[in-house]
Amino acid sequence: MSNQWRRYLFWFAHEHVDFRLAELDSILNLFNIKLKTIYKPKSDPYWIVELPSECAVQKIASRSISLRFCMELWGNSKDVDILHKNLRSKAEEIIKPYFSNDKSFKIIVETFCKHFTQNEKIQKIETFSYLPFQGTVKLKNPDTTLLYIEYYGLDPNAIPEKPYELFFGRWIADGQRDLIQKLSLKTRKFIGNTSMDPQLSLLMANQAQVKRGDIVLDPFVGTGSLLVAASHFGGYTFGTDIDFLMLHGRTRPSRITQKTRGEDESVASNMEQYGKGSYYLDVVVSDFSRPMWRSDMRVDSIITDPPYGIREATERVGTLKTHPVIEEHQAATHIPSKIVYGLPQIFQDLLNFSAKHLKVDGRLVCWFPLYRDHYSEGQLPNHPCLFLIGNSEQVLSKYTSRRLLTYKKIRDPLDGDAITSSNIVDFREKYFALGDETRKERRLKRAEERARNKEDWERSNRESTER
Amino acid sequence: MKLLTHNMLTSKCLKGVTVGYPLGIVAKDIKLCVVDFNSEFIARIIPKLDWATLWKAADSIGHVGELPQTLIQDFETNEEFLKKVHHVLLEVDVINGDLLCPESGRKFPINDGIPNMLLNEDEV
Repeated sequence: MSNQWRRYLFWFAHEHVDFRLAELDSILNLFNIKLKTIYKPKSDPYWIVELPSECAVQKIASRSISLRFCMELWGNSKDVDILHKNLRSKAEEIIKPYFSNDKSFKIIVETFCKHFTQNEKIQKIETFSYLPFQGTVKLKNPDTTLLYIEYYGLDPNAIPEKPYELFFGRWIADGQRDLIQKLSLKTRKFIGNTSMDPQLSLLMANQAQVKRGDIVLDPFVGTGSLLVAASHFGGYTFGTDIDFLMLHGRTRPSRITQKTRGEDESVASNMEQYGKGSYYLDVVVSDFSRPMWRSDMRVDSIITDPPYGIREATERVGTLKTHPVIEEHQAATHIPSKIVYGLPQIFQDLLNFSAKHLKVDGRLVCWFPLYRDHYSEGQLPNHPCLFLIGNSEQVLSKYTSRRLLTYKKIRDPLDGDAITSSNIVDFREKYFALGDETRKERRLKRAEERARNKEDWERSNRESTER
Repeated sequence: MKLLTHNMLTSKCLKGVTVGYPLGIVAKDIKLCVVDFNSEFIARIIPKLDWATLWKAADSIGHVGELPQTLIQDFETNEEFLKKVHHVLLEVDVINGDLLCPESGRKFPINDGIPNMLLNEDEV
């Protein structure tokens, strides 16, 4: 029934642009929705697509974080007269059912990259007066919401006189951007220095295609910010972390206004806060470099943000002593010594672990930090059982960025499949090598400046005493 | 710690331990909590469980209830049964106690519901 296919406009938030395509691909794949692309610009915040049903649109909107809203596209043009002409000709066939006298409506004017006063917007609405409206205007919860969009490009320093493109259509659904506020770290009970912000956490849960009843693991759980997002989509979540004090909520508080941690700060209480307590399984204090699960344990997805060694230490239990001895009476209260657990090793372990413990078709979603100028796809971690299907960059500084990698497990590992070496660059080593150099330079520069100031001061002192 | 987690945990991390399963439980403090029942999830999780381990673990901490010692057939459609499994798996929470390695007897403490599987540096 090809006549069922209709044209829709997807309008995205102009944020994390590199994540948009990967997220939509994951969602389309999750719901098994076929989508025909009519126009998909690289950077402009909208797509024009064709979909088989409005239900498909609703499903996409029920998951997407990058999507602001979507509408059934009734007309688009670069020229306002052509837009109106097209709409006039279509008014009878498509539009009429929404305008019968028992249906209320409203029109919203949305402009991108240019501001208009309310009066100007009302004038724009008036230009649509030829539409066969019969119902009443209702601003709260009308039966039909119509959207008129003027798009003035992305550059706020070069706003054109006339918009690049105009769109008119019927609003269908908003994306899930409300969740960003709802799960905000500002109001969350238990946060740490490296808690993931809710927008990115939710994007990760979408990349992992978490759905109701899935089991989701985060092996570097920290304060559980990724589990919060996964549980929102119905995933049953558990996590592990080497940091005993963190999991027990006894580290120094991250909020500047907070002197001590609250009594009930924990991953579990975060889940309770959002009404997802039932989706919390457990957290376990453990060292990821050591095996600890049943070999045949399988999870649906692994979502994690491993420590990079900059703001969170990369550690595992161990010692540099050849024969460490711990007296028996100390054993119970002994705090194990830790040694460096380098990033290449962490990723090697993470990929081997995922190849083993993910179900086939399950997904691993993780961040990978790197230096931007040296980036090539070849230096990303890889494993024969894991296929890289998503790779989106978030720029962190002039030199560094992190990439959100999504892998799909394509088969169970055979004997020789475990990776034992990798070409991964140790981010931490490089970070501090570079940092050292600039710090030294800065120190020298400051010393020079101080010497100069001192000289000036002494000279002026001499001059004043001589006078 | 829920019994679902216990069903998956081993003490393989210890040097020289190859199976490390199932871990014994010494429960000093148990809390019963209320978790929303999701029959689909429970039906999906049952095939992944080691049933004998679950039963023994539940029995050893006195919360086995009416759970049968062997897994019944057609459990997917038996809502009554799924509810019992749900209770044992997710609603019995060991707050304080120890987990015991079956091979070496090494104790892993559970504090505030969180098992501590960390080893000391001489054990890795």
